[in-house]
Amino acid sequence: MPLSTDQVRHVARLARLHLSDDEVARFARELTVILDYIDELQQVPTEGGEPAEQFITARNVFREDIVKASLPKQAVLSLAPASDDNYFHVPRVLG
Amino acid sequence: MAVFDGFEPVIGLEVHAQLQTDSKIFCGCRVQYGAEPNSLTCPVCLGLPGALPVLNQRAVEYALRVILAVGGTVRQRSVFARKNYFYPDLPKGYQISQFDKPIGEGGGISFTLEDGSEKTVGLIRIHLEEDAGKSLHPESGEPYTQVDLNRCGTPLIEIVSQPDIHAPEEAYAYLVKLKQLLQYLEVCTGDMEKGHLRCDANVSVRPQGASELGTRTELKNLNSFKHVEKALRFEIERQVGLLTSGSVVEQATLLWNEKTGAAEMMRTKEESHDYRYFPEPDLVNLVVDDAWINDITGAMPELPDRKAARFISEYGIREYDAGVLTDSRPLADYFEAVMAGFDDGQAAANWISTELLASVKESESDIADYPVRPPMIADLLKRIKSGEISGKIAKEVFAEMAATGKEPAAIIKEKGLVQISDESQLEPIIDSILNAHPDNVEKYKSGKTKVFGFFVGQVMKETRGQANPKVVNDLLKRKLDG
Repeated sequence: MPLSTDQVRHVARLARLHLSDDEVARFARELTVILDYIDELQQVPTEGGEPAEQFITARNVFREDIVKASLPKQAVLSLAPASDDNYFHVPRVLG
Repeated sequence: MAVFDGFEPVIGLEVHAQLQTDSKIFCGCRVQYGAEPNSLTCPVCLGLPGALPVLNQRAVEYALRVILAVGGTVRQRSVFARKNYFYPDLPKGYQISQFDKPIGEGGGISFTLEDGSEKTVGLIRIHLEEDAGKSLHPESGEPYTQVDLNRCGTPLIEIVSQPDIHAPEEAYAYLVKLKQLLQYLEVCTGDMEKGHLRCDANVSVRPQGASELGTRTELKNLNSFKHVEKALRFEIERQVGLLTSGSVVEQATLLWNEKTGAAEMMRTKEESHDYRYFPEPDLVNLVVDDAWINDITGAMPELPDRKAARFISEYGIREYDAGVLTDSRPLADYFEAVMAGFDDGQAAANWISTELLASVKESESDIADYPVRPPMIADLLKRIKSGEISGKIAKEVFAEMAATGKEPAAIIKEKGLVQISDESQLEPIIDSILNAHPDNVEKYKSGKTKVFGFFVGQVMKETRGQANPKVVNDLLKRKLDG
C-alpha cells in the first residue's frame, strides 16, 4: 500500500527531520517500496510461533551491581556545543 | 466513594520508583542523589555511539521482590523496548523500557482508609525501565535550560494501577501503603522530595452510577504526598465544572504546579506522543525461572500487615499500636529488640510510641541510629515495672539517656532517683507534713476528703517525685483514717 505524503511528514516531524516537498515525494515512493517488501514478508505463515523480538538466542546477560568509574565531568561537558562548568546548555524549554 | 456534584471520579495511578541499587541499570555509573552535576555518566548512559547496555541483575531482583510482594505474576520471558521521543534530558533519543511484555502483571495493594474500611487497588503491570536526566530552568530568564545527566540510567520500576481509585483520599492512602511496602522490601527509599518516588495520575469523571468511563486526562508531577490529594481534587473539580456547564473534557496532559496550586495544560490529544516502541535490539530476553522466583520468595521479609498481626498475637498489644509500630521496618525491629529483654508488650508499645518517637522526632534523627538502643529501653521499662522508679521519674531518666547516651542504672544512681518505697523513710516526712497543716487535717476528718490530694502532692514535693505513690497513699490513709 502506498505511503501517503502526510504519513511521511508525520514520521519526519517525529524524527525532527526537515524535508523539502521534493524529498517528501521521493521518500514516499522509496518507503513504499520498503513497506511493500514487508507486506511480502507478512505472507510467510507464522501461526503457532512466538514473536522473536531478539535474534540472539542468549538470555539473561547480566552485570553485577558494582560501581565503575564514570567519565570526568569536563570530558563529558566538552562533548556538547554549549555548557557551563556543571551543566549542558540547551535552548530553553518550558518547565 | 467520594461524590463531586453527582459525579464519581475514576483514577488510575502510575508510580515510578527508583530502585536503590549501587550502580545504574545498564552501566556501572554510581546511583547517587545530589552528586556533582554530570559527574556520574559514561558512554552507555550518555548514549554515545557503539556503547552497549548490560542489565544490572540486582535491579531485576528488586523488581521481582515487588511483583511477588503484591501478589503479581512474573512473566517468564520479558522483553525490553525502546520508547522513542526527543527531550533534552534523554540523550539517546529513546528510553529503554518494557512495552508489551513487562516483567510483572496483576496483583494489588490493600490498605485501610480513615473510616476504617478496607480497600484493594488492583495493579495492571510493573515494568523495569531507566530514568532520564534532569532539566533545570534558571529563574533569571537566561535563554537556556541546564541539563544534568547523572540520573540517566537510574533503575526504575513503573507500577501502574487499575482505575480502581475513586477519591483523592484513596489515592493518598494507596501511595502511603505502596511507599511503606517498597521501604519494607528495601528496594526504594520512598522519598518523594528527592524524586525517588514519583506519581502521575489518569483522571476521569462520570455521572454517579454510570458504567461507561469519561474522557480522561493525564495529570503529571504529583511529586509530594501533600500535593497528591490537592492536585487530584483540582482536576476532578475542573472536569466536573466543564461537564456541568455543558462543555466537554478534552483528552490532554496536564502538569500540576505546586506553586500556583493549579494544573496547567501541557499538551492536547493532537500533540500527544507517538512513541513508536520497538524491541530493544541491544538487550537479550530476560527469562525468570521458578528457581529464581523461589529464591526471592524465600528471602522475602515479613510485610507490614503480617507483622502487625503477629505483634498483636505474640506481644498482646492493641491493634492501633501494632499499626504504629509496624509503620516502618526499623521501628518494628526496634520494638522487637526491646521485647527481647522485656515481657510487657503493651507497656513497651506505650513507651515507644509516645516518649521514644517524640524524642526521635525532636532530635531529627532516625530510629535506626538513635543513641538510646533497645536494651537500654528494656532496662528502663523493667525498672518501672519493678517499682524501682516511677513512670514520672522514668521520663526524667529517659531524657538524660537521650541527651547523654548513659545507661539508666548510672543515671538513677547519679541523680539519686530511686523510688522511695520504704515506709520507715516516708513516715517521718508524712508526719511532719500532717503536723504542719493541722487545718487541712481537720478538713479531711470533717469529711472533705478532697484535701487528700493536697497531702499526696506535698509528699511528692518533699521527695522530689521519688516517693512511691502507692505507699504514700496507703500510709496517708492509715494515718488520716486511723
